[in-house]
Amino acid sequence: MSVRTVLQHADITRALTRISHEILESNRGSDDLVILGIPTRGVTLANRISAIIESVDSAVIPAGALDVTMYRDDLAQNPTRPTRPTDIPHGGIDGKTVVLVDDVLYSGRTIRAALDALGDLGRPRAVRLAVLVDRGHREFPIRADFVGKNLPSSMEERINVRLEEIDGVDEVTIG
Amino acid sequence: MRHLLTTQGLPRDEAIAILDVAEDMAAVGEREVKKLPTLRGKTVINLFFEDSTRTRISFEAAAKRLSADVINFAAKGSSVSKGENLKDTAQTLAAMGADAVVVRHWASGAPKTLADSGWIDAGIVNAGDGTHEHPTQALLDAFTIRRRLHGSASRGRDLDGVSVTIVGDIVHSRVARSNVWLLTTLGAKVTLVAPATLLPVNLSGWPVDVSFDLDHAIAQGPDVIMMLRVQGERMAAAFFPNAREYSKQWGLNDERMRALPASSMVMHPGPMNRGLEISAAAADSPQSTVLDQVRNGVSVRMSVLYHLLSGAVER
Amino acid sequence: MSIRIVNATLPSGESADFTIDHGVFTDDTSADRTIDASGLQALPGLVDLHTHLREPGFEQSETVLSGTRAAAMGGFTAVFAMANTMPVQDTAGVVEQVQSLGNDHGYATVRPIGAVTEGLGGTTLSEIGAMANSRAGVRVFSDDGKCVHNALLMRRALEYVKTFDGVVAQHAQEPTLTVDAQMNEGAVSSELGLAGWPAVAEESIIARDVLLAEHVGARLHICHLSTAGSVDVIRWAKARGIAVTAEVTPHHLLLTDELVRGYDARFKVNPPLRRDEDVLALRAALADGTIDIVATDHAPHPPEAKECSWAEAAFGMVGLESALNVVQEAVVDSGQLSWADVARVLSQKPAEIGRLDGYATPFALGSAANLVLIDPSARSTFSTASLRGKGTNSPYLGRELPGRVMTTIHNGYETVRDGEVVDAAEVADNARCAATEANNV
Repeated sequence: MSVRTVLQHADITRALTRISHEILESNRGSDDLVILGIPTRGVTLANRISAIIESVDSAVIPAGALDVTMYRDDLAQNPTRPTRPTDIPHGGIDGKTVVLVDDVLYSGRTIRAALDALGDLGRPRAVRLAVLVDRGHREFPIRADFVGKNLPSSMEERINVRLEEIDGVDEVTIG
Repeated sequence: MRHLLTTQGLPRDEAIAILDVAEDMAAVGEREVKKLPTLRGKTVINLFFEDSTRTRISFEAAAKRLSADVINFAAKGSSVSKGENLKDTAQTLAAMGADAVVVRHWASGAPKTLADSGWIDAGIVNAGDGTHEHPTQALLDAFTIRRRLHGSASRGRDLDGVSVTIVGDIVHSRVARSNVWLLTTLGAKVTLVAPATLLPVNLSGWPVDVSFDLDHAIAQGPDVIMMLRVQGERMAAAFFPNAREYSKQWGLNDERMRALPASSMVMHPGPMNRGLEISAAAADSPQSTVLDQVRNGVSVRMSVLYHLLSGAVER
Repeated sequence: MSIRIVNATLPSGESADFTIDHGVFTDDTSADRTIDASGLQALPGLVDLHTHLREPGFEQSETVLSGTRAAAMGGFTAVFAMANTMPVQDTAGVVEQVQSLGNDHGYATVRPIGAVTEGLGGTTLSEIGAMANSRAGVRVFSDDGKCVHNALLMRRALEYVKTFDGVVAQHAQEPTLTVDAQMNEGAVSSELGLAGWPAVAEESIIARDVLLAEHVGARLHICHLSTAGSVDVIRWAKARGIAVTAEVTPHHLLLTDELVRGYDARFKVNPPLRRDEDVLALRAALADGTIDIVATDHAPHPPEAKECSWAEAAFGMVGLESALNVVQEAVVDSGQLSWADVARVLSQKPAEIGRLDGYATPFALGSAANLVLIDPSARSTFSTASLRGKGTNSPYLGRELPGRVMTTIHNGYETVRDGEVVDAAEVADNARCAATEANNV
């Protein structure tokens, strides 16, 4: 199967900028917003979104990380996964609008785990979901509120998100 | 990881992976909801052939925070000590559906025998076997050292170049054995200090320096000094003359505490004999990590249980 | 029934045909039955100076019948049965009972060993004279399992046993140096956290006892010598002319304390498995005659005695069925011992130490027909299927070993035929006939 690039640096930046505006619009501003990325690349995306919002709204939007490893339902099916730090911004999530950020939305199981993990950390007023890529094949009644790109794919295909902060380059490939 | 029986032979990467997950488990311990659903439906049995309330409750807290069902089986003083052998006990636990057995045994090697026997399929965690090993104690000690040295930047790091001096009853100490292997695997330099009677007769396979002189060892300015518990019955068996002489020669008293660099950590696996191997001032000083060790024990044991009970099982 | 054996290779290496009839080697050339021994090595019937048959008292571990079946399977035609039975073999009555059980079953000659001290208690001499003069004719006395550690008592035992042309077989273990001891004290015990059994606990007793034997002019036999230092002491004593003999077990010739690392209780034995250096010293000492004999210390236990933690497990290994294979693996295939040496250390010499008649001139016309035919070219994986005693506590299970016993002949009749133990009724029948003939002569 050949690998092709579906998003490049400029596409990713454009998508995140659009998502940032949509978040502000749906939240009617930046009040009580908390952006939580799901490790590893979701955290990077969350930080970028937070920075974009700050640049357009000149408000500091707290960004953090939510590790969902210990809440996953597939731990027995895969090799033992390392955990990643969970970093909840000062002020917590009670009464806040939490925007979860992940790189790829697929079965929905990660987001299911994230909702459980959030529940153990507090009681947000609302939870939204932003993803860079939605590739379909949902196994749970979960949908994203903000999507960078819908990318219909076959289950055999592999979607690879690479980000400059981690991988040295911004691109999304499929193949 | 199928079992945790020793730190001897535990690969560096695996050890660091355990310590790294323990960092995140420590964060869970600071939240309001201290529970994770990870091991829901799993059964962890604490099988204790020897009393150790501290170790048992630490494992119990760890398993419960991960939502496992915990059964405490104190084999001492029960039918088990009256002739029921290890095989029958193991098969009983297997029949109860144990996924992991945390075993403390007075006999060296008993956890290994359980793991190799085929009597039970569960993962085995050695919670201290005779005078052999106590791997989770060594892991929590390494975790404690790493946190004191590197704080929130601990993740992924080893103990390269850290000097650790372990003092006391080495020959009978499972804590010392596990620490010698683990700390050296992680890059630390270990020195053992004890009278010759309390050192194993042959240390040719041990990656350590040995000294009889505590003052000399302290003058080297170790990053960590770890005092071991001395048991009273050792005196009767002529390992040393009496408590006063032991304390004078090998105890961490106030004078030695002053000679120690202010940055040196003072560790003790507990329970302490205050006034014998460690003075009250040393035990209670800011340099002491004794309570950190207890706190970190739960996090490290959560990580160990997670590594044992999650992941596709290799059988 | 007469048996003719053709094309056998004698211990000397010569090829020979021989006939046995009425329990002895004859010069007939015809026989009721012929065994073609082409490619097989003939050895005199093996004699084990150190066997635990466990009967009376511990029949769940072994009986005289099951133990002598194991012996026959290993090529043994005589075994000396250790005294630590229940009741202890410390009276004429018990030793006569054990011997007669052996006679009735017929798989091997059973020579009971008498206890040195009453009840193996280490305080009072047992009725040594009564046992020596009983029908069992006891000549070997031992508290094996325990050391006769009181120096005065050992001196008296040596002197008193000498009176009856006997020998004290000492289990050399200084008890105060081996309290709760679990394995050889050294690098491995230090890592495993198991209480050590230091070599000096054996060597110091041997040193004391050879000097005592010299002082009182008595014979002394050292059981299961296990260390390089013990070899040095025996070598020194022999050079000095002291009447000491020494045995080594097959397992101490092959196995080391590295095997304890898995805490598998099958490797728990007393004296413990030692270091590589010790194994090499024991092999050399056996080859140069410093160590006189190989004896099995066959020590059967029921499964539950080994299915537990190392510290709780019983000491001991079964060894009769595997002895010859292990000796071949450890010292014959390496060229250190010839088959003639094997005949010496596993038959003639132990018979001589134990004052057992009939083994001095093997294969000679008129001598007792005790022999074994082995196939030294065979190799197989040792397993519980290789065992014929009750115990399965063999350290060799799963290990490939050379050699196979094809035929064992005891007093002129087969106890092993075509590699399998002959039926008990047939053996008992033949034993009865042989005994009747012997009485008629």
